[in-house]
Formats: sequence, structure tokens, C-alpha cells
Amino acid sequence: MVSPANNAADRLLAALPTRGESGARFAALGFPTTRDEDWRFTNVMPIAELEFTSAAADAAANLEGCVFSGIDGPQLVFVNGHFSGKLSRVGELPAGVEIGNLAAAACEPCEAEDAFGALNTASFTDGACVRVADGVCFESPIRVYFLSTGDDGATANIRNHITLGANSKATILESWTGADAAYFNNVITELSVGDNALLEHVKFQNESMSAFHVAGLHATMGRDSRVAHHSIALGGRIARNNIRARLDGTGIEAILNGLYLPRGKQLIDHHMVVDHLQPHCDSHEYFNGILDDHARAVFHGRIHVHKGADKTDAKQTNKNLLLSDNATVNTKPQLEIYADDVKCTHGATIGQMNAEQIFYLRTRGLDEEAARRMIMHAFAGEIIARIGCIPAREELDRLVWDQLEGAES
Amino acid sequence: MLEIKNLKAGVEGRDILKGIDLTINAGEVHAIMGPNGSGKSTLAQVLAGREAFNVAEGSVMYKGQDLLELAPEVRVREGLFLAFQYPVEIPGVNTTYFLRAAVNAVREHHGEAALNAVDFLKLMREKIELLQLDEALLKRSVNEGFSGGEKKRAEILQMALLDPTMAVLDETDSGLDIDALKVVANGVNQLKRADNAQLIITHYQRLLDYIVPDFVHVLYDGRIVKSGGKELAHELEEKGYDWITNGELQTA
Repeated sequence: MVSPANNAADRLLAALPTRGESGARFAALGFPTTRDEDWRFTNVMPIAELEFTSAAADAAANLEGCVFSGIDGPQLVFVNGHFSGKLSRVGELPAGVEIGNLAAAACEPCEAEDAFGALNTASFTDGACVRVADGVCFESPIRVYFLSTGDDGATANIRNHITLGANSKATILESWTGADAAYFNNVITELSVGDNALLEHVKFQNESMSAFHVAGLHATMGRDSRVAHHSIALGGRIARNNIRARLDGTGIEAILNGLYLPRGKQLIDHHMVVDHLQPHCDSHEYFNGILDDHARAVFHGRIHVHKGADKTDAKQTNKNLLLSDNATVNTKPQLEIYADDVKCTHGATIGQMNAEQIFYLRTRGLDEEAARRMIMHAFAGEIIARIGCIPAREELDRLVWDQLEGAES
Repeated sequence: MLEIKNLKAGVEGRDILKGIDLTINAGEVHAIMGPNGSGKSTLAQVLAGREAFNVAEGSVMYKGQDLLELAPEVRVREGLFLAFQYPVEIPGVNTTYFLRAAVNAVREHHGEAALNAVDFLKLMREKIELLQLDEALLKRSVNEGFSGGEKKRAEILQMALLDPTMAVLDETDSGLDIDALKVVANGVNQLKRADNAQLIITHYQRLLDYIVPDFVHVLYDGRIVKSGGKELAHELEEKGYDWITNGELQTA
């Protein structure tokens, strides 16, 4: 029997150009269902029910109102998954730095490919390609804009490759926005970070409230490398981030830092798996969410400390603030430890605004409204404060603040 | 300044304060002592406006106003300040930012211009010296990760910044070592003036070696069962609370 989900996979493949074996793999796997443990809390049927079309190439678009516009440095722009030479500005680059589009070159399937990964490998049109050579520190933030011009069912598969050589350094700022429509972006970003290299990766996801966004981030890290990934998730009717980090070298530090602010009927899901394969690595997951209306959020953080990964320092925290009685959070911090000498902590909280904190602030002269705002801002600010790129941090702080002010009124 | 009459209050149907009468005039320092569960902290919280406590009967007049009618923020703007027994941690709220917001909320209430960051910092530096607080604490989140002594000193710093006319200190001495206690007591003593008053709630007589009260009251089972001068505190220390509780039981 053909399930509706498999049927949807066939319809989707028929709408898109495909390559290689991965299309068949996607067709065989089909859209995941809530019977699949990894998708228990996130039902993707609304995606499977779309009337799929291939997102239009050559659509007119502009960067008006986009974030990070005041920041100097190279910018790449993709419209509906297609590179826009007109809007992109790379400029002169120092030796050892390549910034451009991946073009439709054949790509290796990603490791342990799931359905969305297979779909991406089969059908991606383009994406950012950033390479920084060994020993090169590129100080300007590299901005990458993904714009969707809309149409219900318009589907874009986007593949990004970011490769940092040993002892190199880079900052990437991603922005995702789109017209008000039920379009679908399916993204894979491969990060390869060399020994002793340093990457800060900020993802600002502010897709249309009707859109669907499924994104895989696969990070492979060399010894003594440091990656800070910041996921600021505001948009999408369903937005799912699959974050996978392999710490296969000693002395690695991985920071996964996220803030989600779903409202209306949005669902925002962060699904993480961090593998500690070598000793002396640190990984920290900090995720805060503020939920309003009927919104839902999912946090799944799994840290897998393999045998021999001694002196692992792993921490997971997920804090949720519910502004409405109808909002729901499913949180699942998880530690799997097969090494002996480790320091691992995890914790999750879900709560209303803390009455004791509000009372304390009121006894110091702040009125109730000011006290609530101060606490809410603090909750979001805790995450935003970890962003190292100062102009990006300041702008995101303002944006998040504006959204929360709207939520309160 | 503060006149409490037959105050009865409780929480979730449980009576805790069973008729408190207490009058505090400007320039006076009052101490309330009592064993655990006598209602000391409830009295402090009711005065500060904690909504979880229901006032069943009685009245509290503060500077000619019905205190119980005022919102917590209005009480402090009008000069009634509570130093918490357990100061609340607020992760993510920067201490300096919070203190400036508090000071400016009070200033605004009195029609004074808000302090800018520079002027506020100057004022704060003056006050932290008095309390021997590490300035680095002020860059951290409110009370988060502070030691017990740091939290209590931070409370007194807030008191110094807000300059209350009626300060209520709820077990500010509990959990302090003798050095921290001296710093806190010194801070409180320096804030004492002829036009303000202090109500010191304590479990231990020790604090009263450093802050000398004009009046001492013993609270037991929701009532003030004995009042006297500072010598009452010493008597209590010698004889223990059993002296009062047994005495109370005998008269009951």
C-alpha cells in the first residue's frame, strides 16, 4: 500500500529536477511520520500536503528590510534557491578566501542521510560555498541571504558548504526571509572546520509565518577547533533544525546557542545530536524559548559521549517561558555516556513568568509591566549575548525585542 | 510614620498574623525577634505588598496613607523598602541596569529627572564603597551566583540607593559571618537619620550588638507578646525563646 506520505514524496520528486540515487532513497523513505521517534512531536503532514512546484529561478527580489544591512563585507544572495549575481557582492578577497555559490556540482550524499537529506542531495539547486585556507583569518562577517518570493508549494533545495582550513577563522551570518506564502525550503549546510580553526555561524530564520523550513546542519570539527552556532528562530509555520556535530579530535569546543519565539500556530523544533568521540572536548547547548498563543516548540538535545571520550564537559540547558496557556513545549535533553571520567549536566524548565521575580522587581519600584518586560528581555538576552559579532548581536537584540514587545501588547 | 493596628493575615486559609499592633515613629529603630514560624517574614511580606498573603483584618497606615491599598511598587516609591530574607535571582538582568531602573522609577515618582548612566554610576560607586561590595558583581545578573553574604550586601546597596524613609530588614543577618555582619550593620547605621525609621526582623540577638534598637518586640504565634527596650534582646539571648513560649503557654 502506498502511504500518503510516500505518495507525497513521489509528487515532490516529479515537480523537481533530480540527480543520482538519492531521489530513489527519498521516495523509499518518504516524509517522516510521528511514529518515527525523531519526528514524534513534529508532524510534517502539512508539508507533504503541499501542491509542490519547483521554486522559480530568476524571480525579482531585493534586500529591502533585511537584517545585517549595516555590516560591511561580502554578501551572497540566493533567491528561491538560485544564486543572484545581481544582488550578491563579494568584492576583493584576500588570498586563500573563496566566497561564491556552490553551483549545481554533484555532491556527496550526506552521512546517514535521512529523508530530507536525500531529497536535498537529489534536488539541490545551489547554495553558498565558502572556503578559507589554512592559516587565514577572515575578519569581515560573510553575509548570506536566502530570499523566497513565494507561491504556495514552491520548493527549493539549498546546499551550503563552509570549509575552514587549519588555524583559520571566519564569521558567517545567514538570513532567511520570504514573501507571505506556504513555500518550502529544504536546506543542508555542511560545516567542515579544520584543526584549531574558529567559526562563528549565526542563523537568523525569519521565514514567512506560512512557510516551511527544514534544515540540516552537519558540523565536522578538527582538534582544538571552536564552533559557535547561534540559531535565532522566529519564522515558519513549521521550522525544524537538525543539528549534528561530530567532535572527532581532542580539545574541541562546540557551542550551540538558540532562541525561538514562536507565536500564532507556529511550531519550531531544534533537534540536536552531538557526538563526543575524543577526550577533552566541550559541548554546550543553550536554548531558550518564549512561546505565545497556540505555538509549539520542540527541543531535542542528545549528547552521546563515546567510549574513550574522557574529560568530556557537556552541558545542555533548555528554558521555556510560556506567555499563553495554549502554548506547548516538548523538551527532551538527553545524555548517553559510555566514558568514565566526564562532566555532563542537563536541565530543562518550562514555566510561566516567575511570580517571585516579578514581585521582587516591583518591590524595587518597577511597575508590573516593566518587570515583565525586564524578565522577558533577560530571557532572550541571555542567548543573544553569546553572539560574538557585535553589530549582528546588537541588531538581533533590537529585532527580538521588537517582536516581544508586539507579543505583549 | 508606620502604624499597624490589629493586623491579621494569612495564606491559603491558614492564619499567621493574629492581631499585630505596632507603631514606629521617625528616628526610631525597632527590632522584632521571634522563633521560627512566629510570623516574622509574613509581616515583612505583607508590609511590602506580597499578594499571596490575605489581610483578613486590621489596618496599616504609612505616612498618613492606607498602605494596604498601595501596589508594591508604589510602597517603595513612597519610601517603604523591604530587604529580602532570600533575595531573588534574576538570570539575564544586569544588576547595574536593574538598579538604575529602580532608582529612576523612584525619582520619577517624586517628579525628579532620571539619572543618566554616568551620573548613576557615580552615585553607585559612592554606595558600594560603603558596603565593600566588589564592583564586578554589578556587571553580573541580579543576585545570580552571589554568595549569601553578597546577596545581603546587595540588598543593603539597593536600600542605600533608594534611600527609604521606612526600611524593613527581614533577617538580613541570617547566614552571615561576623565580618559580613559588621559590614551590613555599618551600612544600615550610616543610613539612619532623624527623619527615617528602621524595622529589623531577626532570629538572633547577635545583630543587635551592632545595630542598637530603641525598641525590641517579641513575636510569637502571630502576636507581639512582649515589648521593651534593647535589654529585652539580651534577656532573650540568655534565657532563649523557651522563656517566652513557656510564659505564653502559662498565661494562655
